[in-house]
Amino acid sequence: MLIYGVALLSFSYLLGQWLGELLGKLIGINSNVGGVGFAMIILMLLKELFERKGWWKHEMISGIDFWNKMYIPVVIAMAASLNVKAAISSGNLAIVAGIIPVILAFAFFPFLMRAFKHN
Amino acid sequence: MEELLKVFDKNALIVGFLAVGLLAYFSDLFSKKVLNGRIPGSAIAIFLGLVLGYVGGVFTGGDKGLSDIPIFRGVGVLGGSMFRDFAIVATALGASFLLIKKSGVLGLISLIFGILIFFISGVAMAWLWGYRDAVSLATIGAGACTYIVGPVTGAALGASSEVIALSIAAGVVKTIAVTIFTPILAEKISLNDAGSAMAFGGIMGTSSGVAAGLAATDPKLVPYGAVTATFYTGLGCLLCPSLLYYLIEILL
Repeated sequence: MLIYGVALLSFSYLLGQWLGELLGKLIGINSNVGGVGFAMIILMLLKELFERKGWWKHEMISGIDFWNKMYIPVVIAMAASLNVKAAISSGNLAIVAGIIPVILAFAFFPFLMRAFKHN
Repeated sequence: MEELLKVFDKNALIVGFLAVGLLAYFSDLFSKKVLNGRIPGSAIAIFLGLVLGYVGGVFTGGDKGLSDIPIFRGVGVLGGSMFRDFAIVATALGASFLLIKKSGVLGLISLIFGILIFFISGVAMAWLWGYRDAVSLATIGAGACTYIVGPVTGAALGASSEVIALSIAAGVVKTIAVTIFTPILAEKISLNDAGSAMAFGGIMGTSSGVAAGLAATDPKLVPYGAVTATFYTGLGCLLCPSLLYYLIEILL
């Protein structure tokens, strides 16, 4: 059943977000730490478990795959809901402090990759 | 007409599906017919989304872009954090746990470098603009990390609301910059496999920007970038108002 896939995704999502909240509280900040990352890892582990048990059926997968493929439309909607106007019109410092570090990070990225490959 | 508006108002999320679908369709058409597929349709659609977000802000004066226009309210629901995170988690379907485990250390290192690069250069920009107090400097530096780290840090340190607003704006500019630059520069920095995508997510950090940028570059890379980027905001909220703030205070 399709809903089994959606439910499995929802279970991973909720459990991961909960872990993220708990970790945030544990280190004393009022923010979710890595909830999405935990959820992704939980989903991957469940996938392996289900495959081994022979429960990983095509219809179930398509329930998760639908949301996997909805990802880009969600990102488009997210881009359209950002406060773009305030970001652009709140002065030069916001723009400079938003863009210059990004350029530096792009410049640094190849060095990190090279250094890591050498080791 | 009144009846139609009533239907739209009652079914905001469904209108959002339709609106985003149309936008994606026309972007794809434009990509294929006008640009001969040189820029993927999804990249154009994301960019157009940003333009519409700007237009929405101009028309309504609100802070949620296009979704502040009542009939497009559903676009904001679809693009809100719940659906965003849910869909990002679903992308794990196409990711390999082995590859993530293999690049775990690289991901962690890149997270730390990512926070440092953005915080330090953000602080440097604020310094050049004449800010000299540690609280404002740290808040703006935190804003350069993400638009969540900025206000969290500002609130913790007691920064002025003007500086907090500035830090949020810097964070949103960052998200937009990463979204636009990633597909343009991906090839140049050899952002092309699971490991590099994980490092990229850690360096750039903004979940939305990394996810949108990678989606426009190569959707297969999205889960790897997202899995590290999701730790960035939390790590930033941990380090910026504490360790990094004290470092600035010592240096001043």
